[in-house]
Amino acid sequence: MPEIKVTPLGAGQDVGRSCILVSIAGKNVMLDCGMHMGYNDDRRFPDFSYITQNGRLTDFLDCVIISHFHLDHCGALPYFSEMVGYDGPIYMTHPTKAICPILLEDYRKITVDKKGETNFFTSQMIKDCMKKVVAVHLHQTVQVDEELEIKAYYAGHVLGAAMFQIKVGCESVVYTGDYNMTPDRHLGAAWIDKCRPDLLITESTYATTIRDSKRCRERDFLKKVHETVERGGKVLIPVFALGRAQELCILLETFWERMNLKAPIYFSTGLTEKANHYYKLFITWTNQKIRKTFVQRNMFEFKHIKAFDRAFADNPGPMVVFATPGMLHAGQSLQIFRKWAGNEKNMVIMPGYCVQGTVGHKILSGQRKLEMEGRQILEVKMQVEYMSFSAHADAKGIMQLIRQAEPRNVLLVHGEAKKMEFLKQKIEQEFHVNCYMPANGETTTIFTNPSIPVDISLGLLKRETAIDAKKPKLMHGTLIMKDNSFRLVSPEQALKELGLAEHQLRFTCRVHIQDPRKEHETVLRVYNHLKGVLKDYSVQHLPDGSITVESILIQATAHLEDQGTKVLLVSWTYQDEELGSYLTSLLKKGLPQSTS
Amino acid sequence: MLDCGLDMTSTLNFLPLPLVQSPRLSKLPGLVLKDGSTFLDKELKECSGHVFVDSVPEFCLPETELLDLSTVDVILISNYHCMMALPYITEYTGFTGTVYATEPTVQIGRLLMEELVNSIERVPKAQSASMWKNKEVQRLLPAPLKDAVEVSMWRKCYTMPEVNAALSKIQLVGYSQKIELFGAVQVTPLSSGYALGSSNWIIQSHYEKVSYVSGSSLLTTHPQPMDQASLKNSDVLILTGLTQIPTANPDGMVGEFCSNLAMTVRNGGNVLVPCYPSGVIYDLLECLYQYIDSAGLSNVPFYFISPVANSSLEFSQIFAEWLCHNKQTKVYLPEPPFPHAELIQTNKLKHYPSIHGDFSNDFKQPCVIFTGHPSLRFGDVVHFMELWGKSSLNTVIFTEPDFSYLDALAPYQPLAMKCVYCPIDTRLNFIQVSKLLKEVQPLHVVCPEQYTQPPPSQSHRTDLMIDCQPPPMSYRRAEVLTLPYKRRYEKIEIMPELADSLVPLEIKPGISLATVSAMLHTKDNKHVLQLPPKPPQPPTSKKRKRVSDDVPECKPLKPLLSGSIPVDQFVQTLEKHGFSDVKVEDTAKGHIVLLQEAETLIQIEEDSTHIICDNDEPLRVKLRDLVLKFLQKF
Repeated sequence: MPEIKVTPLGAGQDVGRSCILVSIAGKNVMLDCGMHMGYNDDRRFPDFSYITQNGRLTDFLDCVIISHFHLDHCGALPYFSEMVGYDGPIYMTHPTKAICPILLEDYRKITVDKKGETNFFTSQMIKDCMKKVVAVHLHQTVQVDEELEIKAYYAGHVLGAAMFQIKVGCESVVYTGDYNMTPDRHLGAAWIDKCRPDLLITESTYATTIRDSKRCRERDFLKKVHETVERGGKVLIPVFALGRAQELCILLETFWERMNLKAPIYFSTGLTEKANHYYKLFITWTNQKIRKTFVQRNMFEFKHIKAFDRAFADNPGPMVVFATPGMLHAGQSLQIFRKWAGNEKNMVIMPGYCVQGTVGHKILSGQRKLEMEGRQILEVKMQVEYMSFSAHADAKGIMQLIRQAEPRNVLLVHGEAKKMEFLKQKIEQEFHVNCYMPANGETTTIFTNPSIPVDISLGLLKRETAIDAKKPKLMHGTLIMKDNSFRLVSPEQALKELGLAEHQLRFTCRVHIQDPRKEHETVLRVYNHLKGVLKDYSVQHLPDGSITVESILIQATAHLEDQGTKVLLVSWTYQDEELGSYLTSLLKKGLPQSTS
Repeated sequence: MLDCGLDMTSTLNFLPLPLVQSPRLSKLPGLVLKDGSTFLDKELKECSGHVFVDSVPEFCLPETELLDLSTVDVILISNYHCMMALPYITEYTGFTGTVYATEPTVQIGRLLMEELVNSIERVPKAQSASMWKNKEVQRLLPAPLKDAVEVSMWRKCYTMPEVNAALSKIQLVGYSQKIELFGAVQVTPLSSGYALGSSNWIIQSHYEKVSYVSGSSLLTTHPQPMDQASLKNSDVLILTGLTQIPTANPDGMVGEFCSNLAMTVRNGGNVLVPCYPSGVIYDLLECLYQYIDSAGLSNVPFYFISPVANSSLEFSQIFAEWLCHNKQTKVYLPEPPFPHAELIQTNKLKHYPSIHGDFSNDFKQPCVIFTGHPSLRFGDVVHFMELWGKSSLNTVIFTEPDFSYLDALAPYQPLAMKCVYCPIDTRLNFIQVSKLLKEVQPLHVVCPEQYTQPPPSQSHRTDLMIDCQPPPMSYRRAEVLTLPYKRRYEKIEIMPELADSLVPLEIKPGISLATVSAMLHTKDNKHVLQLPPKPPQPPTSKKRKRVSDDVPECKPLKPLLSGSIPVDQFVQTLEKHGFSDVKVEDTAKGHIVLLQEAETLIQIEEDSTHIICDNDEPLRVKLRDLVLKFLQKF
């Protein structure tokens, strides 16, 4: 039986280094190629030696698909393609293709230049890797080869994020990447049609969370920022350069404008302006409202938000700073955090999920004494707030997507095991489909049961659907299998095509009836009897004295010896077997007395 | 329905709509017919030997009488120029289907419509002429009005609410997106290389493929290159929207455009470029961007005047995914794909919604003005024709190929201004068509009649027609053409449970057969075969049933039989099954097998077997099954 195999190399019961292998109808596809932010050793990249020990990756993989530009989904790509070695196609959307190399370069700089690691991919490798990328449009059907096709759907999450359908023949898998089912201030909601995949591989970051309305969260966020600034405190918002940052900037910009606030807002890192430029050029990927109004007013040109300079961190007085990266695991956000952590007037707002092992994760789980590099202990006195602004679907959203796509099986990745367990049960209960949650390196096998497409001759089909096309009906045909082609034709045509003659099998039964009347009167009695019983059949009395029931012929002769007995010859072909047999047994019971 | 274009050449029969009162136009004499009657002198005016209708310009609609448009399920749009009649169709014909178009097509189409509506609505005209349309009256008029077709069908421009309603019926699609229509066919737009978002369409079922190639270009301008590979293996290729100016080379024309522009400006004159607000203008601006510094034109102001000028320039920058490779890579940097962003930044190019407002303060001469409409009948261009027409220093350069420039100029005659005709039409010419057809090899080509003969004005140029084998099938207005294609098969799906139950039999080497008796389900034009339901269990109650209850419910389906029965083996089989008195007689065509005791006779011939027996059902069934053993079922 055909099967689909799925093995997560990363993101199996975990968040980070997303990388999932899918084998479908003889094709091997790798979904995402991410890094893990919680590790600095080998574990930061997926274990590609799992794919093949000695062969080349290119021979084994038909294609690689990257869902969006976040590093936990694409961070290992140059390592994979240039250092391990892969020359096949890599698919991603246009915005992902544009932004991905910038984030990779940023990541490389932090790792190599700041942390001094060697044996890491180089700038040139990033460039070479990007040359292998094929950009896809939304909803475009990309023919990877003759059989394998992929199609991207809008996923919300970040600019250019996409879900991908992978299809071979009538078997298909949908991989969601990260997605968001509610539109936010700059992106639209994920959407997929009722494509009924055999398997839906979905992220489950917020498997157990049902978030309150966006509006409440926004109000909360603004209130907290406002209060802190009012009492002269500093607000640090660790973000990733692209994505949430833009949404929160739009939010603060409009709030500052409305409230006429004067406290400065800064955005760290040089990426900002460039990032906003990407948003402007790829405005077709943002939400309806921004797209509609962009000619009059570009939402990504900010009045109140200015570029940050390292020296500003020591300025007195209130300020709001957006700094990268978002999980406080390195870079500028961590530097500022260390400076401000000791003052209880200040506040850090974590607007998104933090991977285990990062400073962000530690302070969110209540830790207030952090061991920093060089055994130094940092005491956190500033207020720590968590606001879920990360654009992942919550439990409600995940269920909603399953309802939209109607998959036959669901597989959870990109989440924590405990939470997955809960969601798995919920999915199985509500949709009555199997739900899987393999760990890294664990293979899940799903059996598919595809129906077989066949060519049916129009003659046969029209014959069967001529009367009432909507009602299911029994049909009969002959399937000709020749050189892998399947054709369903009428039996007559099959015989003709094969140059065979039909062999007619005919039966004639003698039925004796006691009836002293003349032959033609007997025939008339038989005719009336049959007509009375067989209401749905065409019963005819022919001029030559015979009767037909459909194509069955009945003739009457007198018995040679006994004048009181008449012999009915009932004659039918094998094709009318049931009716013929029925008629003989009916006639054998004799004629009713009262038919006159 | 393929495309929904508007014939705007009808407007050439009307007087221009001036933005400010034009004494010249209002003093034109009324028409006096040959017999001296003057009853039309309010409606028709004469100017330099031509007659014009003094009324709001009207457009010639697509043929709507031939078929009931409420029966049209889908309209496919190939580019923004080919959707200008959409509001007439979607709002007034009972059409309830879906329109498919790409996002740039819709956005820029909206801009073109907006400009059209705006330029007509801002000059309200009190008079609406209709008397001349009367067939009896029209007959008396001078040409070309006398010969204008379907004048009774000409319509005034639609309004913005109608445009919005029409556009709301459009479903956005992307290149290479497969769209299922009613389960019966699949349509797919492909890049056609002519304009932003312009598409050719593939319409295919499992068995036939029709390509609709409309407005395509093989030249490298700003749009994504034409996708030719996907057009291969077409059964029918419908070819239309070829270049209107097959003799002009677009590159040469652009060169001529630049040099004429430079010369005029150097001599202190102004240049007027009547154009659409999107399309070739992007390429012209890009050329000028490279040209102006070297030509010493850095200080000459360029103005782009249109109610949608700003939108058009902005929109062009956000459709990176629909642009050619070079422009796409710019966006990755990130830089705007078109250099007109820089022209605007450096104040070399300025855009205004109209001549009123800011423009009148900024206006400096000599200058270059891009504005619409190319028919010269409405829009800001009318103002500049009136303003600059009297001086031979100025030049009007025609770049849009849709209108005859002489006809466009007719109501402005006599004219001192220089006129240069540099039509830039990047669509396929006949040489490129031949190349394309050789490449994609369609079985049949279908095209408008005009493409199958040389242009009437150049009847010796046999190179200016489509040349392919087999010769193209041509169509003309309001003609029905039957395509030479007959379908013989349809797709059906066999459910896995049913497939498992089939017993294939190898009849000949490599050919297997299986008889299929199954339930046929048809839904949304998709056919599925499932296992037939199990026959219902016979009722166990002992109550005697009425005879009629036993009547077979549905017609039984027995397979056809084939093969022949070897008499000797058959007789042996009979004996094995306990028939001891078998007797065989030879006949002319075969044999007769007699079972004497049972008074049963079996006639066996090459292609038939006939069992004649008494009404002994068990015996008959036994004989039947023995015979069937020797035959194949179909």
